[in-house]
Amino acid sequence: MSDRDLHTEPHSFWTKYVWSQDHKVIAIQYSLTAIAIGLVALVLSNLMRLQLGFPGAFDFIDPGRYYQYVTMHGMIMVVYLLTALFLGGFGNYLIPLMVGARDMVFPFLNMLSYWMYLLAVLVLVASFFVPGGPTGAGWTLYPPQAILPGTPGTEWGIVLMLVSLVIFIVAATMGGLNYVTTVLQARTRGMTLLRMPLSVWGIFVASILALFAFPALFVSGVMMLCDKLLGTSFFMPAIVSMGQPLAHGGGSPVLFQHLFWFFGHPEVYIVALPAFGIISDLISTHARKNIFGYRMMVWAIVAIGGLSFVVWAHHMYVSGMNPYFGYFFATTTLIIAVPTAIKVYNWTLTLWRGDIHLRVPMLFAIGFISTFVIGGLTGLFLGNVSVDIPLSDTYFVVAHFHMVMGVSPILAIFGGLYHWYPKITGRLLDERLGKLHFWVTFLGTYAIYMPMHYLGFLGMPRRYYAYEGYEFIPASAQDLNAFITVAALVVGVTQLVFLFNLAWSVRHGRPAGANPWGATTLEWQTPHTPPRHGNWGATMPEVHRWAYDYSVPGAARDFIPQNVPQEAGAGGEGPVWGGQV
Amino acid sequence: MALAIALVVIVVATVAFHFASPWWFTPIASNWGLVDDTILITLVITGAVFVAVNLFIALAIVRFRHRAGHRAAFEPENRRLEGRLTLLTTAGIVAMLAPGLYVYSQMIAAPDDAAQVEVLGRQWQWRFRFPGADGRLGRTDVRYVSADNPFGVNPDDPHGRDDVLVASPELHLPLGRPVALLLRSHDVLHNFYVPQFRVKMDLVPGLVSRFWLTPTRAGRFEILCAELCGLAHYNMRGHVVVEDEAAFRAWLAAQPTFAALR
Repeated sequence: MSDRDLHTEPHSFWTKYVWSQDHKVIAIQYSLTAIAIGLVALVLSNLMRLQLGFPGAFDFIDPGRYYQYVTMHGMIMVVYLLTALFLGGFGNYLIPLMVGARDMVFPFLNMLSYWMYLLAVLVLVASFFVPGGPTGAGWTLYPPQAILPGTPGTEWGIVLMLVSLVIFIVAATMGGLNYVTTVLQARTRGMTLLRMPLSVWGIFVASILALFAFPALFVSGVMMLCDKLLGTSFFMPAIVSMGQPLAHGGGSPVLFQHLFWFFGHPEVYIVALPAFGIISDLISTHARKNIFGYRMMVWAIVAIGGLSFVVWAHHMYVSGMNPYFGYFFATTTLIIAVPTAIKVYNWTLTLWRGDIHLRVPMLFAIGFISTFVIGGLTGLFLGNVSVDIPLSDTYFVVAHFHMVMGVSPILAIFGGLYHWYPKITGRLLDERLGKLHFWVTFLGTYAIYMPMHYLGFLGMPRRYYAYEGYEFIPASAQDLNAFITVAALVVGVTQLVFLFNLAWSVRHGRPAGANPWGATTLEWQTPHTPPRHGNWGATMPEVHRWAYDYSVPGAARDFIPQNVPQEAGAGGEGPVWGGQV
Repeated sequence: MALAIALVVIVVATVAFHFASPWWFTPIASNWGLVDDTILITLVITGAVFVAVNLFIALAIVRFRHRAGHRAAFEPENRRLEGRLTLLTTAGIVAMLAPGLYVYSQMIAAPDDAAQVEVLGRQWQWRFRFPGADGRLGRTDVRYVSADNPFGVNPDDPHGRDDVLVASPELHLPLGRPVALLLRSHDVLHNFYVPQFRVKMDLVPGLVSRFWLTPTRAGRFEILCAELCGLAHYNMRGHVVVEDEAAFRAWLAAQPTFAALR
């Protein structure tokens, strides 16, 4: 292919590692930045837990700081860690390699995307150091509270938060356009859409969601900046704040919530769909068995993506919106459970009659299924409007979204990193450290979040700095909170083991070879490991089969890579429709 | 194998925790027992799925873990099985959604004879207003708000003069009578939340939101704010006292009217 000339290999340190346009380097830049800011969020969560588990024992955590930790932890995890790592990290690394492209179609835009992302992170971090500190409005940033006195960080923090989000969305848009276009335009010969690995499908549909959903956050961010800095009233009705009448009037706080959740709910799936895809590939590879119901899995991803745009107001059942909306949004929300359940069934049916290798990536993949199932099932409580009303804004919600949107995607990320690290570095992560990391994290998160649901049944409200003097909360709830805090600290500290493993194995890990897991997908068939600039050397790969030819009857080995021609692969017939173009 | 054992232990521990947990619904004090029933239906269905999926994975790990010479089956799809599972899931969804929507239809339809009381939130206090003898609340506007008119009642509206204003964060309600709560805020979002009542709703500046209930148990219950409203959100306390009609009447009669305060 002559397009190799378009990607001339960089030679200086700066063009190779800093101002790089290579999707693999950009993926690593995105991932390391996301992990670094994610560590900040992890520390903040442990600080919150210290206050909740041992109230008053740590003087420096006053209510203002506590709410700042709450806000920054939430926003960092959802946007700056999960979104960035799945799309900017995994998306960047995997899409070109998995579809057989030399790079993203717009490498320069791809580089800009990372630098804009880094700028967004820096602006966010800067808010820790400005007068008044970062915003403490909660990650949902609901006005009027977010910009009125009585909330921490209304001086500078909220402005920097909104500016940072706007910059992040610019970065995500540049990245998203790239991912979508690359999937549509740069697949190698023979790579039909229905031969793509599910990781690519998940990231592809998530990128489309991001392109449609983030503009809603963008406009609401700009409008709130106007309300804060220019005195407009998009979200501000007539208000008396701390005894002082304000000049605002006529705006609607509920409008912000609609815009925010029009972004916010698809955002859940922007994180979940890549995780679904990655888990599908991990399960299939390490169970040595084709993913069960591939086509159904693809359609489920597409259906979930579509439906995710018509469920947003299930976050607003008690917001004061028109109560008749409740019928519509409860129905759409519970419908989305059907394609989601299909995904879970098909993962477990892929395990059934498999040849299950319980390597570290597989441990995390199964841990993902287990935790995702809990988070998904508790979503059926909160999506069903009359069940939601008593549980909303309690610890049940905290337990739900941490299981479904915190723990399970993070387990998918860990699984993915253990799985692809050998391709990225040429060396395996240490297995014993990996198992330690898995067991503490998996069991620890159950210890943290499972009992938390019951604090929600009890009615304990979330986002409380302290619970002293509330009679309906028994004293034993405080003991449980202390237990949860200890578990959270243990899980938090254990992540250092993972970081050590990441750093140590770059030089000292066991050499992996080109395809340590015996995987079929194209990224494992590169001529070099790690893949060099341009990925494929002189000849582009040609795809002859779907991504899941594991344990094909009659075949010599228990996997047939996608670039092996049909006749040379299986002894007899391959999978009938899997082989079709 | 360890993972299979761990999944079984998780299932057993979760079920045991459920039955042994001292943390459970705060005893109900309103007519919304149906809401608790719907939660229980949902808990049974989802609990069964949770147990089934985890045990199925554990069984798969035990039976199909890698052993030398073992090879996986090849089965790209099974339309019938996928179809059946989809139907089963749909049935489960309907079994949760139908009662949920039925209960919801009652939650948003206050009876015609429901009494009215206004809840006013501001950082970080609760206040309450009852319509006076005329049974109608006077109109309000934020621009009338001042130190001696904390509710912002329109002084020119005759319906407002006999409105009963409760300055303390303690609301009294008569036992067994349906009441519609009209919610207003002067500054930021709040949420009127009494765990024993089950229902809750945001207070939104610029609009009046509402919900209704019938108190079914006498007692003194805590009011909490359930929507983050700033530094003292966790400390925005109040009480609801549910008492018999006579005691309620006596309490109400002791509260000043808007006209009396001017």
